[in-house]
Amino acid sequence: MSNGKLSSRTILVVGGGIAGISATVEAAEAGYEVVLVESSPTLGGRVAQLNRYFPKLCQPTCGLEINYQRIKKNRAIKVYTMTSVGKVEGETGNFTVSLNTRPRFVKANCTACGDCAGAAESEIDNPFNYGMDKTKAAYLPHAMAFPLRYVIDPSVIGSPEAEKIKASCTVDAVDLEDKEGSFEIGVGAIIWATGWQPYGAEKITQYGYGEVADVINNVEMERLAAMNGPTAGRIVRPSDGKEAKRVAFIQCAGSRDEKHLPYCSRICCLGSLKHAAYLREQYADAEIDIYYIDIRAHDKLEGFYQKLKNDPQVNFIKSKPGSIVRGESGDPTVKGENTITREIYANSYDLVVLATGMEPSARGEGSSVNLQRDEYGFVVPCVFEPDGMIAAGVASGPLDVSMSVQSATAAALRAIQAIAQGEGK
Amino acid sequence: MTDQNGIGVYLCSGCAIGQSIDVDALSGIAASEFKVPICKTHECLCGDEAVAMIAEDVASGGVEKPVIAACSPRVMTDRFQFDGAQVIRANMREQVVWCHPPGDEDTQMLANDQLRMAITRATKSNAPEPWKEGEFSDKILVVGGGYVGLSAALEASRAGTDVLLVERSDQLGGNVRRWSKVLPDSPPYGTPRDNPVPGLIAAVEGDARISVMTDAIVAQTSGQPGQFKVEITNGGSTSEEMVGAIVLATGWRPYDPNKLGHLGYGASPDVVTNVELEEMLAAGKVAKKNVAFIQCAGSRDPDHLPYCSSVCCGVSIKHALQLIEADPDVMAYVIFQELRTPGVAEDLYRAAQDAGVIFMKGDVKSVGADLTVVVDDALLGEEVPLQGLDMVVLATGMVPNSTNIDLPTRELGEDEEMPPLLRSDIDTTAPITVAGYMGEEPAAVEKREETMPEGGPLLNLKYHQGPHLPMLADGFPDSHFICFPYESRRTGIYPCGPLRRPMDMGEAGLDAAGAVLKAIQTIRLVRDGASVHPRSGDLSYPKIGLEPCTKCRRCTIECPFGAIDETDKDYPVVNPARCRRCGTCMGACPVRTISFDNYSIDMLTSMAKSCEIPDEFDEKPRVLILACENDAYPALDMAGLSRRNYSAFVRIIPVNCLGSVSALNVSDALSVGYDGIILMGCKSGDNYQCHFVKGSAMAQERAANIEETLASMMLEKERVEAMEVEISDAERVGQLIDDFVATIDEIGFNPFKGF
Repeated sequence: MSNGKLSSRTILVVGGGIAGISATVEAAEAGYEVVLVESSPTLGGRVAQLNRYFPKLCQPTCGLEINYQRIKKNRAIKVYTMTSVGKVEGETGNFTVSLNTRPRFVKANCTACGDCAGAAESEIDNPFNYGMDKTKAAYLPHAMAFPLRYVIDPSVIGSPEAEKIKASCTVDAVDLEDKEGSFEIGVGAIIWATGWQPYGAEKITQYGYGEVADVINNVEMERLAAMNGPTAGRIVRPSDGKEAKRVAFIQCAGSRDEKHLPYCSRICCLGSLKHAAYLREQYADAEIDIYYIDIRAHDKLEGFYQKLKNDPQVNFIKSKPGSIVRGESGDPTVKGENTITREIYANSYDLVVLATGMEPSARGEGSSVNLQRDEYGFVVPCVFEPDGMIAAGVASGPLDVSMSVQSATAAALRAIQAIAQGEGK
Repeated sequence: MTDQNGIGVYLCSGCAIGQSIDVDALSGIAASEFKVPICKTHECLCGDEAVAMIAEDVASGGVEKPVIAACSPRVMTDRFQFDGAQVIRANMREQVVWCHPPGDEDTQMLANDQLRMAITRATKSNAPEPWKEGEFSDKILVVGGGYVGLSAALEASRAGTDVLLVERSDQLGGNVRRWSKVLPDSPPYGTPRDNPVPGLIAAVEGDARISVMTDAIVAQTSGQPGQFKVEITNGGSTSEEMVGAIVLATGWRPYDPNKLGHLGYGASPDVVTNVELEEMLAAGKVAKKNVAFIQCAGSRDPDHLPYCSSVCCGVSIKHALQLIEADPDVMAYVIFQELRTPGVAEDLYRAAQDAGVIFMKGDVKSVGADLTVVVDDALLGEEVPLQGLDMVVLATGMVPNSTNIDLPTRELGEDEEMPPLLRSDIDTTAPITVAGYMGEEPAAVEKREETMPEGGPLLNLKYHQGPHLPMLADGFPDSHFICFPYESRRTGIYPCGPLRRPMDMGEAGLDAAGAVLKAIQTIRLVRDGASVHPRSGDLSYPKIGLEPCTKCRRCTIECPFGAIDETDKDYPVVNPARCRRCGTCMGACPVRTISFDNYSIDMLTSMAKSCEIPDEFDEKPRVLILACENDAYPALDMAGLSRRNYSAFVRIIPVNCLGSVSALNVSDALSVGYDGIILMGCKSGDNYQCHFVKGSAMAQERAANIEETLASMMLEKERVEAMEVEISDAERVGQLIDDFVATIDEIGFNPFKGF
């Protein structure tokens, strides 16, 4: 890729999840050049790993497809994957940003034919499925990856296997000499759409994640339910592949807890309700218990909550469980006190899902940049004095998809304002 | 005879295409059947060398329509972009060699037809001439001068855009003007913030780019994005303005407390709403010591508002904190069902707990005239009378101002059809409608009867489909509220703030900025004659040949975006800048007189007819699939990507939207001998996914009508099916095809074959 200096009318968007993608297409269609950088090999971010969206239970790839088409047809957009932001210098209207690239070992002329994956022998943990299954060391991140281009895992570089992979490529797209690199661009404004990561469930020690079999988190549940997930959409327990019919959801696993995430992560209630719907779709006789403090189904999402509340096989238990242990039968057992009935319970399940919250993943990206953050690490929005540093999506707070798009569209405007301001100087 | 001039065929033999099919045979078809002057083969068409070769052919002027027979049009899009050329793609990889056995006769026949269809498409496609007639305005009209409208006006001005701000009351500031403090949207999140509205009013009034009209309503809006003509009534006079786009920020009104008699409203002057308390707080000290807040007063209640109003929990907490701050002896009780302080607003909840506010989970059973509130306390499991209160505050919810309630409800005229306004998307009693829901089938949801909304239209649109903005059953505007929340069904008109969805001020401020971005973007695109979302940048638009038009009105009625009006002689007239290029009008027209420069019923039929239809003795049925380009077509691609083999008897044509498919395409295909036809689109109904809102629903309706036609032709109804698939249905889509082909096998060949 060239080191071409871009104009101050260019907007840099950092992060290729739903917020970054939305900010990119909205700004570009408003007539601005946009550079979108994403640190992983594909755009799509967390939403690409979701099975369905609440409350319509529609597939995230549907909206992504439209946005990818908008990107593909718009020459004002440049996308760099496996690229992250190094240093940022300058001021609103005139930033110089150094971008660091990681080697993909596959060039842009890759046709995604898949011959390299056929030649690869070793397997790596599949990042798309949160390591719940394996993928070849030469892999396409997933069927809806954008760009649709393979990646070679660094672990095989230097081995005879790598040479075999290279030899399998008929269009000479494998570049085993690919190295880390960096280049500079000039931009007028920067949108930080660096997204989130699931809160580490292992930190909530009493819930046994990683210790007790068949205790998983909510992002893993998404993959279990997805047709392109590790189980081809069958919701089964990881330990023995048994159908997960009796399932517990533990809300606020980490959220609304001053020892972990003091804020509410907003999406986890609807997430678990959606998961309950997945289970009800798959197993007519599923029995679901949702342990909650408050069910936060704001605005129109209330309708989705009401539907599930009316389902006799979905039970809502007001309680913050005390612990999750391995029961005598080996099943995970949820223990605690029902806040309403005061009953002490110990209920065992096929599967327990921790509705873990979101924390901003912006710690790495842009760490050299002095962004104003709140005590939780979210970038504080700068409303009335547009400057060239703008946060979008979950980088700015715990938001759902619709709100991320809203925030990203607003960020696109703020970037345009910053450029207008720069030009006025 | 069609025009082969300007067509160049480029065949790729890479990605196993050359090993699976005979590419030379394709070359032969291009030369012999189509007399295409240029046909070249390359082993890696997307490589630099081949791309340069095509670019040279285009640059030399010989090739205007390169037909690229290689991978799916969804990939290598940027590689195969050539200035001044209309690129046509034939999907030989994902939909031929990756999902059918190599070296097989049927695979080759499919590839041959794939090329025939692409060349036919090229012959029927002309370079679109964009519509850019008349003067365009860059100005944005903002309707509503409350917090969101003020914010929108300032946001637009900061981006260098002129704004006309119209407010129906005699002053700016809306609901928030009368408040003392507001919910915080920046740290510290636990402390109510000063009201920003006075500052915003001053900024708007001092902004040279913003002109403000108060006491004004939009009496009429005609035209289209870039060229809206708005009539504004101000006092007795009416003025006319040209604007490019409209941001609707008409906000909300509190739910009518008179409907909350069961919560004591009206029984005592000390039962007040949260809005009334705001005004009391702003006016000065509220001398009350024991105050109970009743949450969800009207919200989350099927008899009142089905939705959660999102802000009332935070607002009651803010009120409690304000009362306690003014007088530390105040006892505040918040009676709630679910306490909702999402995101960082949790800090506010915690601050209230620290300040001693008492939160009670339970249902309110009654509120007496003596202010005794009986709570069915969920934790205690018994009814608790709260006595000694000196004020009860009803946390009433938000009703969107989707109409102007000061104006009379518009009556339907005689002969006038109900405009497509409401979609009953919310039915809180219906079971979960998940695709493939197992066990007992959910009962059919009875649709609410559609009625004209209460109040007058906000913009009084002079659109054939009526003056209102299409809205959902809950009163909020119809949109793809998850992925594309701003896209209303009236192009260039962007509702935002609590009009769009109940939201707090932090979010509403962002929403104003987002809507302004969309307004600026639309103006820019329509100036170039380009479409806005989802076919952003599409330069074509529907053209109607009036000669054959029978004035049937199907196009004007079925357009999901109200883009087609009627002349005084009842002929349809397209407003190109309102159009989103789905082609629903084209599919609706019974006399095929609506077409795009590069897309038409004739094109689709010609493509279908260009395929070789073997006679019945060959025992090779043919099934035509008309596939929505956004969901079904990618699903078929992904079936290829995962090498999921399915019947090679299908011929797939991507369509802008299933709504653009005419019943005539189906009967034409049957008449040339196709044995079956699949209309493959996305999910319709309450949770519709169609990005043109009604496309797949229209297809189903048309497929149902076709059943009658089939019966009259003595054909089995199984021959035509409308299928709903989702984009990630790679596995399922193959199964659906195989099952359909098996059904066709059972019922036998189309008797019209060969006639």
